[in-house]
Amino acid sequence: MTIKDTQNEIVKEFDELEDWEERYAKIIKLGRELPDLPEDFKTEKNKLDGCQSQVWIKAELENGKILLEADSDAMIVKGLIALLIKVYSGHTPEEILSTPPDFVKEIGIDNHLSPTRKNGLGAMLKQIQMFAVAYKAMAQQK
Amino acid sequence: MNSNLEIANKTSVDEKQTFDVYQVRKDFPILSRRVNDKPLVYLDNAATTQKPDSVIDSMSHYYKFENANIHRGLHFLSELATESYEKARLKVKEFINAMSVAEIVFVRGATEAINLVSNSLCRSEHFGSGDEIIISEMEHHANIVPWQLLCDRKKIKLKVIPINDEGELEIDAFKKMISEKTKLVSVVHISNSLGTINPVKEIIDYAHSFGVPVLIDGAQSAPHIKVDVQDLDCDFFAFSGHKVFGPTGIGALYGKTEYLNMMPPYQGGGDMIRKVTFEETTFDDIPHKFEAGTPNIAGGIGLGAAIDYVNQFDRNVLKEHEDELLKYATEKLLEIDGLKIIGTAKHKASVISFIIKDIHPYDIGTIIDTDGIAIRTGHHCTQPIMQRYNLPATARASFAFYNTLEEVDKLVVGLHKVIKMFR
Repeated sequence: MTIKDTQNEIVKEFDELEDWEERYAKIIKLGRELPDLPEDFKTEKNKLDGCQSQVWIKAELENGKILLEADSDAMIVKGLIALLIKVYSGHTPEEILSTPPDFVKEIGIDNHLSPTRKNGLGAMLKQIQMFAVAYKAMAQQK
Repeated sequence: MNSNLEIANKTSVDEKQTFDVYQVRKDFPILSRRVNDKPLVYLDNAATTQKPDSVIDSMSHYYKFENANIHRGLHFLSELATESYEKARLKVKEFINAMSVAEIVFVRGATEAINLVSNSLCRSEHFGSGDEIIISEMEHHANIVPWQLLCDRKKIKLKVIPINDEGELEIDAFKKMISEKTKLVSVVHISNSLGTINPVKEIIDYAHSFGVPVLIDGAQSAPHIKVDVQDLDCDFFAFSGHKVFGPTGIGALYGKTEYLNMMPPYQGGGDMIRKVTFEETTFDDIPHKFEAGTPNIAGGIGLGAAIDYVNQFDRNVLKEHEDELLKYATEKLLEIDGLKIIGTAKHKASVISFIIKDIHPYDIGTIIDTDGIAIRTGHHCTQPIMQRYNLPATARASFAFYNTLEEVDKLVVGLHKVIKMFR
């Protein structure tokens, strides 16, 4: 499945939900289902600067594909992280860089990405793209 | 519940308006708007307060009929604008009972006021290497960072008054801290994240017995209590217009004449000079020497209108209403399973920081926002307090006199919903 396919699937799932309460209930559920990362993973190095909630993220390259792991101390943020991982993890740097996160706006959670929210989510999205840029550059050097 | 809220004015001697919260709410247009299709419940007043029509109208009136630059033209409008702006300064002077209008410097807000004192004192002979400044553990970043910047430049040491578990200053520790090295004490009057009302008069008296001047960060006290700088005898007092129902971008620094005269300006430009040649410039008198450039004229006028608005009520009656909100909200919140209030000082203003077990403040704030309830979540620009309590963040509900007991009830319902969703 392409990144775009996954995004379309998520948009479809959210379209079926009636109101904000149901949408947040779903996001919370996704947050709960995302495995907690071990404490030794939650280092300053892996932490993104967020004002309100803390976000930790790590990336690895396996067979040319970026595998993402992340966590947050706020459940809604963690649920949103789960969505970003679902969309972008397991894809090549080129795919990640060429597919913007359109679904964020379509399911109406773009307000969580605004800088005023300071929840680290916007920073996480940027970080995913940074990882992609870095791995792409590394691949080109070889 | 209605009868509780309609607090009659008990001191009707000086013809103050009777306080009826439902009538008062009509003066604030934003309070009748809806958010997420629910009536707005605005409980983020410690961040900024809403504005009554009279404030909004005063600013639009100024731009429609009086706009001109002040202090420099002799044409009709310039004189009119100057008069309105200087009238606002007089209102500020009376609002905090300063001795003279010369002691009122218009600034952008409390943050700029503190930066002004820090930068000006830095240029004076007041501080020398090895001196000390005392602040407290419950300061807003605005009363920490300017001093750190100063300390770096002048090799001064910052000392910090600790707080106890209830969120009260350890006054004994303060008394042991002060010495002949201390050159300034700068403390917050009311904590924006704990709600604590500090015994600033006691602090000022004690500091003065060592000849040490005191700056009071009044950003949170000006909206909640009647401030009298002469009675407090503080040397500096800083507050922001937008927290006292006035516009953003305007505030005031009060400084005793002797200090303001001694302090050199830290910003230069128009409107603050007496004579400029390329060899030398002489400065205007206080307060103008601290007000370089065209000021926020409309903002000053709006602040004046906000002060007029507040002054139509007996401040004690407003305070009684806020105290009732604080008491009622504290009781109701504590009934919620797993909720803990951070900041349980004996003397508190209507600010309540809280946490709920196993639910991040971000999650609390996000969910109740969908019900139109605005609270603040985060560190409230007081990261040292968060470190003190070992918390990443708190949720905070802060009340103004236009809030109602029903709104407290709505907050409680909202929080129950949050708990249901996360547990």
